[in-house]
Amino acid sequence: MSPEAVTPAEAAAAHARPLDQLLRGPELAEAARIMTICNACRYCEGLCAVFPAMEMRRDFAAGDLRHLANLCHACGACYHDCQYAPPHEFGVNVPKTLEALRPRAYADHAWPRALAPMFDRNGPKIIALTAISVAVFLFAFMAFADPGVMFGVVEGPGAFYAIMPHNVMAGLFGAAFLWAILAFLMGFRNYWRDVEGGLGPRLGRGPDLAALAAGGHDAGRLKNLHGGGMGCFNEDDQPTDSRRLLHHLTFYGFLACLASTTCATAMHYFLGWEAPYSWGSAPVLLGFFGGSAMTVGAVGLARARMKREGALTDPAGGMHAAFTHSLAAVGATGIALLLLRSTPAMGTLLALHLGVVFAFFVAAPYGKFVHGLYRYLALVRHAQETRTHH
Amino acid sequence: MSMDLFGRDWDVLVAGGGNAALCAAITARRAGARVLVVEAAPKFYRGGNTRHTRNMRVAHDHPNEVLTGPYPEDEFWEDLLRVTGGNTDEQLARFTLAQSKELWDYMSSLGVRFQPSLTGSLSLGRTNAFFLGGGKSLMNALYRTAEAEGVAVVYDAEVTAVEIEGAAFRAAEVTHDGQARRVPARAFVAAAGGFEANIEWLEEYWGPAARNFRIRGTPYNRGSLLRTLLDAGAQQVGEPDQCHAVAIDARAPQFDGGIATRLDCIVFGMVVNREAERFYDEGEDFWPKRYAIWGRLVAAQPEQEAYAIIDSRSIELFMPSIFPAIEAGSIEEMAGKLDLPPDRLRATWEAFNAAVRPGDFDPATLDGCRTEGLTPEKTNWARTIEQPPFHAYPLRPGITFTYLGVKVDREARVQRASGGAYDNIYAAGEIMAGNVLGKGYLAGIGMTIGSVFGRLAGQGASSHVA
Repeated sequence: MSPEAVTPAEAAAAHARPLDQLLRGPELAEAARIMTICNACRYCEGLCAVFPAMEMRRDFAAGDLRHLANLCHACGACYHDCQYAPPHEFGVNVPKTLEALRPRAYADHAWPRALAPMFDRNGPKIIALTAISVAVFLFAFMAFADPGVMFGVVEGPGAFYAIMPHNVMAGLFGAAFLWAILAFLMGFRNYWRDVEGGLGPRLGRGPDLAALAAGGHDAGRLKNLHGGGMGCFNEDDQPTDSRRLLHHLTFYGFLACLASTTCATAMHYFLGWEAPYSWGSAPVLLGFFGGSAMTVGAVGLARARMKREGALTDPAGGMHAAFTHSLAAVGATGIALLLLRSTPAMGTLLALHLGVVFAFFVAAPYGKFVHGLYRYLALVRHAQETRTHH
Repeated sequence: MSMDLFGRDWDVLVAGGGNAALCAAITARRAGARVLVVEAAPKFYRGGNTRHTRNMRVAHDHPNEVLTGPYPEDEFWEDLLRVTGGNTDEQLARFTLAQSKELWDYMSSLGVRFQPSLTGSLSLGRTNAFFLGGGKSLMNALYRTAEAEGVAVVYDAEVTAVEIEGAAFRAAEVTHDGQARRVPARAFVAAAGGFEANIEWLEEYWGPAARNFRIRGTPYNRGSLLRTLLDAGAQQVGEPDQCHAVAIDARAPQFDGGIATRLDCIVFGMVVNREAERFYDEGEDFWPKRYAIWGRLVAAQPEQEAYAIIDSRSIELFMPSIFPAIEAGSIEEMAGKLDLPPDRLRATWEAFNAAVRPGDFDPATLDGCRTEGLTPEKTNWARTIEQPPFHAYPLRPGITFTYLGVKVDREARVQRASGGAYDNIYAAGEIMAGNVLGKGYLAGIGMTIGSVFGRLAGQGASSHVA
């Protein structure tokens, strides 16, 4: 055991302690410096939720800054609108500063704490995990499945399960999924307590229904990726709506894929219908359109990222690229499996798809996947703070 | 590439790159003119004082999605008359206010977006339309519109001379990349602002004290075109020794500190100069009604510096400041940190505290909490300064704009000192704002004047299209 490793009891004790509110590290110090300037200016308050949330604070503890970092959707409008942006000597760059802080904030809120270092150099770690997962699936299929099934043509109900028994598949993925859910919930708790321990409005309770709904409304429409109505910025000073559109494709595509899997699980257990399903069935339609949208959206977002103006991005870590590429891989392997399921490639593609999906869910609490969850929670918190404050 | 632009055939040459300049350029372009804009600043600093503005005062008879109530022309006029003390051209002013009614639609057509008044400026919610994202956002929108519609823009390009034959503009000398080029055009729009960043010019009126001033806008507002036009025979308007100055944090950079360097704490404490003496009633009226006199007050103090001192009870009563307060546990410690004579600061402080009469302190009203027996008295929000830690903010005058300008008529045509107007020279924005606002300050009226006269100048200039 390394000296940093903690026992579960120690980890639990650590979580009973509120998070450190001191401005440790360059990311927090810079965020505090910039928010102090912004709070004396306030010209951007109509652009998104970050600035009204900032105005509910006079000074900034670490929890406040982590909250603001999660509220920022990186639309870039405040950078272009800022009279104090570089080369001005105040050097105000809100999107880049908050982007640099976000991985630190994710790590600070991560559960279990021992896995927080996953957010350092996140890209290579996610890629390695995905590669290992795919390799294990391939190896296990070749070791345990009948080669005639793995590399032959298998059709009809239960074809997939001839390679990997359904109970094993459901058990494995169910466990990965539940693990992710547990980690998310613990992360949410850490987040809420952290912001509660800052210098903003104290709510004294968890999220309420009205705030959950308001946050969902803003998150679902990406209201804050819109520069207050003009659009968001990426490669230059022309606002467009392309990243918002691509994100909608990705997100709603992902939800359709989740719905597809849920639907298939329900059909399996309640109706006794076994996969693969026909082209006209709900799981296939949802999976096909959802997977296509997600792949197109994720590839588009990855490309937009590569073209993004250097001034707006914090290049460290590769977290963004790992996530968009994982999403694209999940979608693309799923579509490939669907298209080629009646060919000898089915077994290999099944291993590939399942390996990618498994890694995706296991790694979800420790990569950029969490941006959506914390951002949603930040919007919920913001809605509730706004109500309490006024 | 820019060099080639100078050699083309232009109908309208616009000097300046702020709100007035771009309104003129786009309006002329929409009327069919070929328009070149030369902006003396580099791209990032384009727009002069516009980049630090946040709203525009507009007359309107009905509330809309942003403006909370009607603001009739007559009320606007009364406000203007009050702040200028009559130092305005009534005909031109009333015409400007009438035109301001169209600005909401006009600016929207140029791509500008509005939002409700910012937190902390609710008193302006009825009268002033706030720009979503502030003045630089407005500037960005105007440049996007201008360039999309075919207006040519060159940065780092300053008009250094004008060629005038009788009453007719023929060409301007534009200096760019260290090279002077002759740029002929059929009409000329002068929209290059005031001279607030020209310290030497300010020194002519203020003496060496001007070197201690902070300039709230960019270093490019040097007024060289204003000088050029006045020297060429344009009629002057406004007092050359007048400028709009507020008290800002002395730690602000010499140029371009903008809004973020303001301090709103003066009404809650006492303000002393370098001799540790008070010099003006800190609680005369609400801060938004008084902040514009404090620049001048501080400018009159030794070394153009003063210090606002408050106690721990007041530290959250005003807009947060960009620079941290100077903190001290005792008045002697504060004197040490501010480098003020400790005995005199203690004496001033004790006299102030002893003179405070009891009352119900209320920042939201003129609460009448006052001192008795001081010179000068503090007449509102006077509370003893006794609960440490004490907080202090150093103050300097922050110059926002100057009033000196060229005289124009209601078609925005520049008037000649010898009588009559130039045929084809127009002016808009701060370079002519003194026609309407000869003195004093009314939030957002600079942008109103800029847009009204920018539009008129664009219309007039486009009438000279070949």
